[in-house]
Amino acid sequence: MTEGADPPVSVEESAPADSGISVPWHRRRIRAEHVRDYGILVVFASLFVALSVGSSGFLTTNNLLNILYENAPLGILACGVTLVIVAGNFDLSLGAMFALTEVCATEAAIHWGAGFGLVVPLLAGAVLGLINGLLVTKLRINAFLATLATSLAFGGAATAISGGLLLQVTSSTFLALGRDSIGQVQYSVIVFVVLAVLLQFVLGRTVFGRYCYGVGGNREAARQSGLRVDRIAIATFMIAGVTAGIAGLIDASTTGSGSSTAGANYALTAIAAVALGGTSIFGGAGSVWRTVVGVLLLALITNGFDLLGVEAFYQDIVKGALIVLAVSVGSLVERR
Amino acid sequence: MADSRQPVGRIRLERISKSYSRRKALDDVTLEIVGATVHGLVGANGAGKSTLGKIIAGAIRPDAGELYLDERQIRPADPHDARRHGIALIAQELALVPHLTVMENVFLGIEPRRWGLLARRRIERRYAELVQRWGFQLQRDAPVGGLRLADQQKVEILRAVASGASVIVMDEPTSSLTSVEVETLRRMIEQLRGMGTTIVYVSHSLEEVLQVADAISVLRDGRLVHTRAAAEETEASLVHAMFGAAVDAGQVEKPAQAGGPDVLEVRDLDLGALLKGVSLSIKAGEIVGLAGLVGSGRSELARAIFGVERMDRGTILVDGVERRIKSPRDAIDAGIAFVPESRKDDGLFMQLSVAANATIAGLGSIVSGLGTVKSSAERASASKLIGDLSIATPSPAAKVATLSGGNQQKVLFAKWLFREPRVLLLDEPTRGVDVNSRAAIHRLIRHQAASGVAILLISSELEEVLALAHRVLVIRHGAITHEFAADPPLAEVMEAAFGVAGAEHSPP
Repeated sequence: MTEGADPPVSVEESAPADSGISVPWHRRRIRAEHVRDYGILVVFASLFVALSVGSSGFLTTNNLLNILYENAPLGILACGVTLVIVAGNFDLSLGAMFALTEVCATEAAIHWGAGFGLVVPLLAGAVLGLINGLLVTKLRINAFLATLATSLAFGGAATAISGGLLLQVTSSTFLALGRDSIGQVQYSVIVFVVLAVLLQFVLGRTVFGRYCYGVGGNREAARQSGLRVDRIAIATFMIAGVTAGIAGLIDASTTGSGSSTAGANYALTAIAAVALGGTSIFGGAGSVWRTVVGVLLLALITNGFDLLGVEAFYQDIVKGALIVLAVSVGSLVERR
Repeated sequence: MADSRQPVGRIRLERISKSYSRRKALDDVTLEIVGATVHGLVGANGAGKSTLGKIIAGAIRPDAGELYLDERQIRPADPHDARRHGIALIAQELALVPHLTVMENVFLGIEPRRWGLLARRRIERRYAELVQRWGFQLQRDAPVGGLRLADQQKVEILRAVASGASVIVMDEPTSSLTSVEVETLRRMIEQLRGMGTTIVYVSHSLEEVLQVADAISVLRDGRLVHTRAAAEETEASLVHAMFGAAVDAGQVEKPAQAGGPDVLEVRDLDLGALLKGVSLSIKAGEIVGLAGLVGSGRSELARAIFGVERMDRGTILVDGVERRIKSPRDAIDAGIAFVPESRKDDGLFMQLSVAANATIAGLGSIVSGLGTVKSSAERASASKLIGDLSIATPSPAAKVATLSGGNQQKVLFAKWLFREPRVLLLDEPTRGVDVNSRAAIHRLIRHQAASGVAILLISSELEEVLALAHRVLVIRHGAITHEFAADPPLAEVMEAAFGVAGAEHSPP
């Protein structure tokens, strides 16, 4: 058994697609499972209220949109990798895919035109995800090692393509994605929100999403239920690849440049956000909205500490402690 | 360290009981094992023989009762603790470290030390002494993982005697040995006994126990039937003791005899060394029972038909049409369903809801154009299945992990009934379920047969097979050796399954 929550449930009185709660709240006492499943929301809300009270600069449209804007690439990556993790795998190559797709986007935009710059990183991400997926399913390499290896290879490829240089793009069409906005809301924030909603829908409502839980929860039972376990795993890796491509594209468009050193910490931060949200790192349980909460919680800590003028290294200590707390609550509840 | 040449190692068990949930695995067992003898424990599957062996070796703690070693009461907390008292367990699954060498394994955890470091030379000297005393030929520095199973067992035995064990419990020691290796093991056991070690020998092979044991205790349904000298027993007398009451048990009402066309036909199925040229057919509405010992190939047959294991050769026809089955998916497409032996490992998604489990094999029928699961259809289907199978669950959205074993098993049935299969392969369909669920599952099996499904029923409990099946096949050493029409005498089926001498088709 693993920690975590959220079997997909679309029956009876449960309101959210993946709450896993079968009986309305008010009839039950709060139990350990509730702390595990919803504690993270309480922590998030408390921090949000505390920062609103403690800092005048926090609760402003500008600041809140800025948090989303700064975290859009990370959030998109984390939402994508959630599917990989729910299906029982792991992807450490997110950062390298991010860098490589970013380099591909800028190269394509420079040499072929802005339109290609927008499409090529998504295709590249899909191919990279396919490579990961094939290594894990067909060659039966442990996902951790396979993606560690491809992480090195993809990073090397990014440097090879960019020649180690910072590639500059000037096309305004290409730069619009990262810099323009509708009203006050930047395009990249819209992309993040749309992707999060879409992936939550895919995981929580579709047959494919249900199969992800099945494969991650019990691979052999999934096989014996007639599921195409390999294809499902490959598809999740490809989704993670495409989201890495989107994130890389947004970063390239925002900065107007592509660098093979971008996103070095993204893989681990994204996975930390997934775990912090309460998705089981062993697969079979979790959801995309949890990942969004995890990403935003990490973002709130950074933002709030900056506003309050606390040194950056304290932020990391708090983040680390919070992840330990979230994961240990999960496993303690399971072990009882 | 105990000197293994002294006649120690007397074991006395006083009123030992052990229950799992509400099932009694051992009920008030009192037993004496004479020092420096080989004591066999036999019984049908689930009779409690393995549990008793593991209690002696500290791997299982009894709920009640006392354990004495040489008239001194001991309460081993775990196998390691038992080893300190001089009792070693050689489990069915050998517990060696594959990458370490023979010598390293023998002294693992009991290494002679000096200043906290390994005293390599003393280890070598003690190893040489041991090998000389026992006369085992083993490559001292070879990694254990590369050895043959019989040699690995020798390492376990050396390990046991190196720790000064006066009692060695062997749980199904021959289950993965070849006949030559079985013979080697038998000689080792005689040697151990000659040096004063007590052996508790747990096995389902009556032939072996009769050959090797001095005394034999028979268990039935967790109770001790009797202990007698091996010389007084025969295979037939043991079988009778193991099933005595059950042999005369009355028959339950049976579904009408089936006379439909063949739904499932299997021809000349080979699977490695496990199945050899198995052929069978099952008619519409027929329940065919498959009786055999653990390791006879009974589960492998179902797994091969369902495509879990890839068969080497053979033909499978469903409703007269040949189907190429290379995976469970192919089998499912052909209308075959399989309830596996272990619902937790191979059947259910414990973290998912009852509804999600019940529908996962047939989501294609409740999918919308967008690829989403139609929640109204899912709710309706799940509720119907929950009602039909009387699954006790607070809600279709409850996690399967929260249900009782019997209800989990019903969910597993629901998963397949949702697809309305033509063939149902059932491997131990009532294992670990309570009496009521068991009766409900039996009704369900009969009901499915009555509606024209072809059913293959595998069960360790012969009573179950005989109560339900229209026909009983006996599988032994990977081949079907006997076929009985409805209601054969239990003792005859038993004897066939155990391969008791005199049974006409002896295996190769």
